[in-house]
Amino acid sequence: MSKKTNAIISAVLLVALCGFVVVLEQILPSTHIALTVLKKSCIYALVAVSMNLLNGFTGLFSLGQAGFMLIGAYTYGVLTIPVADRASVYQYYDGGLIQFAAPVFVGLIAAGIVAAIFAWLIGLPALRLKSDYLAIATLGFAEIIRAIFQWDKLGMITNGSNLLRKFPTFKSVLFPLIVCGVCIAVIVLVINSSYGRAFRAIRDDEIAAEAMGINLAKHKRMSFCISSFFAGVGGGLLAMYQTSIQASTFKSAMTYEILLIVVIGGLGSVTGSCLASFLYIACSEWWLRFLDTETYIGSFKVPLLRSGFRKVVFAVIVMVVVLFYRKGIMGDKEFSPARVYDWWQKKKAKKNAGKEAAQ
Amino acid sequence: MSTNILRAEDITMQFGGVVAVDNLSLEVNEHEIVALIGPNGAGKTTAFNCITGVYEPTNGRVEFCGKEIVESYPRGKMKKTYKGENAGKYSKRVVLTPDKITHAGIARTFQNIRLFSSMTVFENVLIAKHMRAKQNLFTATFRLNHAEEQRMRKEALELLEMQNLAHLKDEIAGSLPYGIQRRLEIARALATEPKLLLLDEPAAGMNPQETQELAEFISQIRDQYDMTIFMIEHHMDLVMQISDRVYVLDFGKLIMEGTPEVVQNDPRVIEAYLGVSEDA
Amino acid sequence: MDFINKNLPYLLAGISVGGQYALIAIGYTMVYGILRLINFAHGDIFMVAALVFVYASASFPLYVSIPLTIIATVILGFAVERVAYKPLRSAPRMSVMISAIGVSYLLQNLALYVTGGLAQIVPSIPVISDSIKIGSATTKVVTIVTPILTIVLVLVLMQLINHTKIGMAMRAVANDFETSRLMGIKINSVISTTFVIGSFLAAVGALLYFTNYPSVVPTSGAMPGLKAFVAAVFGGIGSIPGAVIGAFIIGICENIIKGLGWTTFSDAFTFALLIVVLLVKPTGLFGEKATDKV
Repeated sequence: MSKKTNAIISAVLLVALCGFVVVLEQILPSTHIALTVLKKSCIYALVAVSMNLLNGFTGLFSLGQAGFMLIGAYTYGVLTIPVADRASVYQYYDGGLIQFAAPVFVGLIAAGIVAAIFAWLIGLPALRLKSDYLAIATLGFAEIIRAIFQWDKLGMITNGSNLLRKFPTFKSVLFPLIVCGVCIAVIVLVINSSYGRAFRAIRDDEIAAEAMGINLAKHKRMSFCISSFFAGVGGGLLAMYQTSIQASTFKSAMTYEILLIVVIGGLGSVTGSCLASFLYIACSEWWLRFLDTETYIGSFKVPLLRSGFRKVVFAVIVMVVVLFYRKGIMGDKEFSPARVYDWWQKKKAKKNAGKEAAQ
Repeated sequence: MSTNILRAEDITMQFGGVVAVDNLSLEVNEHEIVALIGPNGAGKTTAFNCITGVYEPTNGRVEFCGKEIVESYPRGKMKKTYKGENAGKYSKRVVLTPDKITHAGIARTFQNIRLFSSMTVFENVLIAKHMRAKQNLFTATFRLNHAEEQRMRKEALELLEMQNLAHLKDEIAGSLPYGIQRRLEIARALATEPKLLLLDEPAAGMNPQETQELAEFISQIRDQYDMTIFMIEHHMDLVMQISDRVYVLDFGKLIMEGTPEVVQNDPRVIEAYLGVSEDA
Repeated sequence: MDFINKNLPYLLAGISVGGQYALIAIGYTMVYGILRLINFAHGDIFMVAALVFVYASASFPLYVSIPLTIIATVILGFAVERVAYKPLRSAPRMSVMISAIGVSYLLQNLALYVTGGLAQIVPSIPVISDSIKIGSATTKVVTIVTPILTIVLVLVLMQLINHTKIGMAMRAVANDFETSRLMGIKINSVISTTFVIGSFLAAVGALLYFTNYPSVVPTSGAMPGLKAFVAAVFGGIGSIPGAVIGAFIIGICENIIKGLGWTTFSDAFTFALLIVVLLVKPTGLFGEKATDKV
């Protein structure tokens, strides 16, 4: 299959997906769980892909994602709360310091930029560290950021440990779908560019990459900032989805969750991350819900089923993937029509060969 | 008279109490093939690492094309424990990272092959082109550098064709046979457009026939690209056949320098190195 | 003197919590020394120990429930290593770390399921939870017991590591994994022993820690776990005395910061310290430097 047909079919599939979502929104009531799952999984897909850029493509094991999402969420919230509502949101801080409201898109882009600036600063010291030291340092930075945002001295801006709310949100699934889609597309463009190749070279062998004239510090920082930019945008979107922001929700557990999504999807596979986000969110919020409710078959009470069992089953599934399907759903391959076509051709050829052998 | 391209002066590398390279001075002239030989553990690879910026030498300096690329002197704890010579001679510190040195025009290969093993042969060579490209992140992401990317691809492909690797261009580098991986590593180093090529045991693990091919390959590279080559090698046939001059290192010290014929017949060298290798 | 008097309660709390961190930190540092793995699940094992104690003391007297807790924790630590880390022996380090995160996630969710999401009250152990007056400050006996017990356990452990056969095997494996395997050391049993010791100390740590903070929730282990890890890094990962000293320093600093009214930043401080240490002296106070061969 030629490159061009592959691109055309991919585009058609994406448009069809958008169309399907539009139709779905028309048929289902707006509170239906499927729509909630779709919204959340779009956002998680973006964050997971951004983490994959760092962990899967550049080989930098960073656990700071929740921190950058927090920065993004706060930036978005702080900038976009309508002036009229500021007094009630910042009730303990005299209406806060900022007295203007930016449009949604400005807020989202600012969310990314502020996260990227923080990443740049954190990267100066942290990126000199290797593998697990980097992981623990970025985890530490995320915790420090969380503490700073809850500090009441900064309450004029961050509202201290109180909720930020009343900022503009979205109703339609189409909004996160398109925003995340565009962002992921940009990340894919980066990955396939000359810089993306340099990132993968660093992942494969730092010393050889350096011997090829690749400036390690510069490229690692670049990857870290790009990843954080999109984590920041994702954080802004997550704030919109949750309709309120509180620093205490962006704990390291959130980073772990995203890391597990990346691993389930396959380190180094963008489509894997997207697919895994959907499956992860759908399973944890929707498909495994029945495990949380006590169920009777006739007069027989199904054992074990009660609140919290879903998460246990889910964690077991995750462990099985981590232990036995270490490469995740996609490995480091990408889903594309061309690949499916090739696979199908091969299968057909095999079948024919089998037939011939039988004759 | 050919001009000097690489000059290392008084290089000493001390790890803790062990002096791996001891006061090594050497020169490589343009268009030469120079070999660095010596028994295992003589400090040959360490010397390479000092030249290419992987290690910062404890003392000494390196000059490349008249420009200083490395200079260091014993500092901190090393001041007291330093065992080498010329302790007070250097007082400046110039430390270029390996990528800057590659940029200046020294490319190298590694003793234990370091290819980007999950990437294709073509990508391996293409990466070397990244360094000299004028693009920035924005133009590269949004494909505004189309002309440059095309040129990089074309050059990489030409290089592969010249090395007879073009038919393998879509293979995953890590899955190739050993000999081809070695050749690919050299091709990749050439793609950085160097003036000086450092080869760290290019013939390691090769049979006599492959070694013979490699010898021709190296000579060919020198003539085709007007390259200077400095290599570490154990295969004496290869060294004797193609090198113009040979440096012999033993226990970190330079024990002699000369043409292959002179070196081959020198009793000190035979004692330190060749004698052992003939017995083996 | 005035400063000490004023901060005595915090200082005492710091010493106490420092000892408890030390007991957890030893588990981290030993596992890291041998497997080069940040055992993210270690903090959760610590949490599970507290939960086991809650349930065990509901049906047994203390002299049964305490040993039972310790045995159950040790078995858990052993099982986690066998199930989640052993199959990944030859896998990249990142995979093992991810597996550790997975185990942590599983243990937390299991705890959530078992407790039904309600905070469990850890029963107080008599004697050590009695009040005692030191200088101007009133505190619990556990404050005195913890550092003493910690130091005694560490001394025993050091004897074990320096003067027994299994200890020698541990040092050998920590030094060079592959070579010790070739020398006929049964690395799997060495690694299991490491986990057993680590879990044992974590269980003891949990019994002491939850005397001061008597309510346990599924995420109770995460923060002490991370802090203990920071302590291990601070002291030089792989070094047991380093981990203990690091833990005491972190415990004391953290509580003094609380005393100064900066409670929001007491956690952040630990991580700031970690980052400073990693940048200034990446090998920690007592760590050894490892160089990559090119």
